[in-house]
Amino acid sequence: MNKLLIILAAGLFLAGHAMAQDPVKIGMITTLSTKAGYLGEDIRDGFRLAMEMENGHLGGIPVELLVEDDEAKPGKGIQISERFIKSDRVTILTGVVFSNVAVAVVPRAIREDVTFLSANAAPSNLAGKDCHPNYFSVSYQNDNPDEVVGRYVTAVGHKSVYLLAPNYPAGRDHLAGFKRYYEGEITRELYTKLDQSDYAAEIADIRAANPEAVFFFLPGGMGINFLKQYAQSGLSEVIPVYGPAFSFDERILQAVGPAALGVKNGSHWTHDLDNEANIEFVAAYQKAYGRMPTLYASQGYDTARLIGSALKAVEGDMSDRDRFRAALRKADFASTRGTFAFGSNQHPVNDWYIREVVQAEDGSYTNRTLKKIFTDHVDAYAAECSM
Amino acid sequence: MLLVIEQVLNGLQLGITLFLMSAGLTLVFGIMRVINLAHGSFYMIGAYVGATVTSASGSFLLGILAALGAAGLAGILVECIVLRHLYDREHLTQVLATFGLILFFNELTRMIWGRQPLFMDVPPWLAGSIEILPGLTYPSYRIAVIAVGMLVALLLWFLLARTRLGMRIRAGASNREMIAALGVNIKILYTLVFGLGTLLAGLAGVMAGPILAVESGMGESILILTFVVIVIGGIGSIRGAVIGALLVGMVDTLGRAFLPALFRLFLPGAHADGAAASLAAISIYMLMAAILLWRPRGLFPA
Repeated sequence: MNKLLIILAAGLFLAGHAMAQDPVKIGMITTLSTKAGYLGEDIRDGFRLAMEMENGHLGGIPVELLVEDDEAKPGKGIQISERFIKSDRVTILTGVVFSNVAVAVVPRAIREDVTFLSANAAPSNLAGKDCHPNYFSVSYQNDNPDEVVGRYVTAVGHKSVYLLAPNYPAGRDHLAGFKRYYEGEITRELYTKLDQSDYAAEIADIRAANPEAVFFFLPGGMGINFLKQYAQSGLSEVIPVYGPAFSFDERILQAVGPAALGVKNGSHWTHDLDNEANIEFVAAYQKAYGRMPTLYASQGYDTARLIGSALKAVEGDMSDRDRFRAALRKADFASTRGTFAFGSNQHPVNDWYIREVVQAEDGSYTNRTLKKIFTDHVDAYAAECSM
Repeated sequence: MLLVIEQVLNGLQLGITLFLMSAGLTLVFGIMRVINLAHGSFYMIGAYVGATVTSASGSFLLGILAALGAAGLAGILVECIVLRHLYDREHLTQVLATFGLILFFNELTRMIWGRQPLFMDVPPWLAGSIEILPGLTYPSYRIAVIAVGMLVALLLWFLLARTRLGMRIRAGASNREMIAALGVNIKILYTLVFGLGTLLAGLAGVMAGPILAVESGMGESILILTFVVIVIGGIGSIRGAVIGALLVGMVDTLGRAFLPALFRLFLPGAHADGAAASLAAISIYMLMAAILLWRPRGLFPA
């Protein structure tokens, strides 16, 4: 009798299991090694947090997340994406941190009818002439974080600005973004070696050129080096610096220390944005990982939540991609940014802020939202997209 | 004029940091005939340990001591465990093994300290600036770096030229078998030399900590410059390392500082800046090529 019960129970269990859906596979190609490894770590952790909050589901649909490290190399990114698509049969890709990797990976992936949702990199061509129904940026368009600073620096009344960026395509793009909205005089536009560590020569040149402000785009360790050396030279008390959010995330700031205090930077997200989704996210992230989330973490989290909203709308059925894409385009989720919508080129239309680096009560360094600069900002390339 | 003096000081300071790195590398290569790509890893170890101990104890000097100890000890361990077995192998094997060590140490720092760069500040007693000339102030910390580097150069010269240990090291460099036959324990001698080299790299790392980002992989950015320095100076020569480091530091800094202004004299603004940036980036390699054409074995061949 007991035996019969067990068999019956097992039968019921199996039947129940067969009825449950196979999880939807999501491939995350991101940068976990190299100096920039913490960027991918935060995107991944933000994404995972959204899954854990739903017990491995997104929008009520079971999902499986595959994560691979691209080492910030385009070739490696292509290899991983081909494996994800061909052998793992993923239908959704996300995660890429760097624009040069995105430019290599995205065109191949979207041709295979895989939907790519960028959680960070958003180069101009993918927002403009190469836009595609299968490509969404959940983060921003690369120029946005500089445009907002350009507008702010103009409003503050700085009549001349010294520009500094590494000599590579993204460096030029970011300075172009700043110049699009800055109306004063450009004292000098200086491009330095990529991965340069000593900025003494440049800082002496800034002192000699005597501009009213400095705008720099120096991601990762380069920004840490520059900010520390700039503060040590004593110039930070005379000529203020500005930059996009990339050199001022909560993990870099702990390495820069007091040298960054008071610096104003442009971003679409800060942990103090007052909306319900953000408050819930920041608290859950700190509880899960024991550190303050960065903008990268918020982008990973938003990407997961957006996917969840679309999976829910199509009830986990990925066979009709048009339906899934239409559901994504609605962006029917509560973003940590408060407002979030997709523009015609499937890039975010949201508000942009200026924030200031401050010291928190516990002694750590963080950002405080200062002022909203753009409301529902549309990127400059949307007009070139013929979708 | 003040700008020129300031930029020369900047070049000097970069050169001194490079010297601390290349002194160790050139010793190891010149005496032990080992190509050690992992030299930058000891620089990183120095910076990480220095930053950790400084922030835990609040004392920069303690941080320096800990960094020296950690880098020297790590070097001795690496010599005993890995390099000792590679002396008789060809350079390619050594390059592969030490390249593996780079990956190992980068991952190790990530496991111990996490992916986030560490913070290290200038100690309060070196935080200000000094007015060297009327109208020219220069950060005290950078002056301290210059002073420490010069002191190390003097000590090294004394050690190698004036002490019994230095004599043995020089003898070991010229003829390994002979000095072993004379009863000197060449194994211990090599371990000591390697430990000394990595200790100097650790010193360079901890001195760079307050100026630079302390992050996993920080050694690789300086390693290439270090190799340029020892190739220019002549492999194995401490004097060559001093001159090579100062040359590279000056050419790199002055190129970055003054090429844009020079180009703007005869090119329109945007073009001038672009061309100057590109030329400044390759200036030290042009210097290296020129010196190798003139003296194929470097300025002071050992």
